[in-house]
Amino acid sequence: MIRDITIGQYYPANSKIHSLDPRVKIVGTLLYLISLFTFKSIIGYVLATVFLFACVKLSKVPFKFMVRGLKPIFLLLMITVAFNLFLTPGGAVLLQIGPLKVTEQGLSTAVYMALRLIYLIIGSSLMTLTTTPNSLTDGLEKLLYPLNRIKVPVHEIAMMMSIALRFIPILLEETDKIMKAQIARGADLESGNLIQKAKAMIPILVPLFVSSFRRANDLAMAMEARCYRGGEGRTKMKPLVYQKTDYIAYAIMICYIVVVFVAGRYIPFKIWIF
Amino acid sequence: MIKTDKLVFEYEKQDDDGRVIGVSRAIDEVDLEVKPGQFVAILGHNGSGKSTLAKHMNAILVPTDGTMWVDGKDTRKEDNIWDVRQSAGMVFQNPDNQIIGCVVEEDVGFGPENLGVPTEEIWQRVEESLRAVGMIEYREHSPNKLSGGQKQRVAIAGVMAMRPKCIVLDEPTAMLDPVGRREVLRSIQELRKREHITVILITHYMEEVVDADKVIVMDHGHIVMQGTPKEVFSQVDELKKYRLDVPQVTLLADELRKRGLDIPKGILRKEELVNLLCQ
Repeated sequence: MIRDITIGQYYPANSKIHSLDPRVKIVGTLLYLISLFTFKSIIGYVLATVFLFACVKLSKVPFKFMVRGLKPIFLLLMITVAFNLFLTPGGAVLLQIGPLKVTEQGLSTAVYMALRLIYLIIGSSLMTLTTTPNSLTDGLEKLLYPLNRIKVPVHEIAMMMSIALRFIPILLEETDKIMKAQIARGADLESGNLIQKAKAMIPILVPLFVSSFRRANDLAMAMEARCYRGGEGRTKMKPLVYQKTDYIAYAIMICYIVVVFVAGRYIPFKIWIF
Repeated sequence: MIKTDKLVFEYEKQDDDGRVIGVSRAIDEVDLEVKPGQFVAILGHNGSGKSTLAKHMNAILVPTDGTMWVDGKDTRKEDNIWDVRQSAGMVFQNPDNQIIGCVVEEDVGFGPENLGVPTEEIWQRVEESLRAVGMIEYREHSPNKLSGGQKQRVAIAGVMAMRPKCIVLDEPTAMLDPVGRREVLRSIQELRKREHITVILITHYMEEVVDADKVIVMDHGHIVMQGTPKEVFSQVDELKKYRLDVPQVTLLADELRKRGLDIPKGILRKEELVNLLCQ
């Protein structure tokens, strides 16, 4: 059962969004997330919605995969909505239940906040659904490369991330094996309260740690044997090179940002949702 | 290709508190010479020092005393270390712990990337190496989904992509099932035939060394026997003394000879014995 966990939520498909350079997708997602918080008027939301759904459509990823990403934050979303709904003063009072008041201002803030959070999640899911974990790490490495000047070990961090990704399934399998071995020796992992259950994990965690360290040691030796000596003087088998479509994507992104920013801020288009 | 002169490797023994309680000699004055293109097998029981010797060939360990030359370069000199590692590629025992990439072809490209080979040439080398071990159709697979034998072949391809002159295999089949073991051995044979590469195979499976040009038996850090497989395996009793098994055919032939049959020493293959018995 432990093997069913999938890491990363990459959805393989052949789309324009999938084939973009990971750097475009990382920068684009970041800009989009920031853009969500720059506008106040409804026209900004309309633009953000249209843009997001156009991207989702283009990515060929079924919409239900996007919604799946929302499940873990559902509770957070509800709490945010409730707080904003009941605790924002201002405007006419629409509803009153005991000491709790729902104001006009409160309702609009709650709806907007919810929309922002949902778009935030969908926007970042879109990135992880269309990019393999490996190319994400590659993109990050390249993007953060200037930090090398201030002695941030960018290459090493990226290497660690990709090795971690490679070893997650191996360690999961190992955990499964150790669990079965301990169960065969009479370990009781199921019953008892939370503390007892946590204690029952010790005979699984200790061997897991020991074997991870052994693996790390072996891997380091194998890497050295294959002449690994850090990022210096290293060439890339799959270097990231911007294509024409990547520049177009950047251009579209910049257009979107400018339009949203200008429209959302300076056009006095004060129509509220209700 | 590889030459050692009175090679000694010592390590400190520590007690539970980390205090040094003595010095242990893993390799004791070993003189060895491997010529280019040779297939040399090193045999030995656990703790005989065979793996330690292998790690010297890749400059992962450096000698405490004596010298080791790989392709004419002293492994103790810092400047030589990358040349040594490039000319003597190493394949380790555990297939999972030596694959770095998340995709087969990326893993094979890891070595050339480290060497600073231009991108186009990396692709060319990756393709050649994967073809050489017969894993080309798996190039875009995840290593996690491969069998042990396939993973080990990918590891061999990863070393081959660095264009080494010599390949050192440290018990590459110890963790594999019989099918995987055969796959790996076949790949090694193919490489020898096609690339004329020097192969040093460390193992404790006797069947794997039958085709070697030279067999070296180690015990307690010493070389105790060396010669062609025929010479070494004709001394059945001596091998047993070093806690090594003898191939079943050789053992059978030996027992038959003791019972008075006219069979020469050092029978290594089934067919050989069958032919002799059917005459």
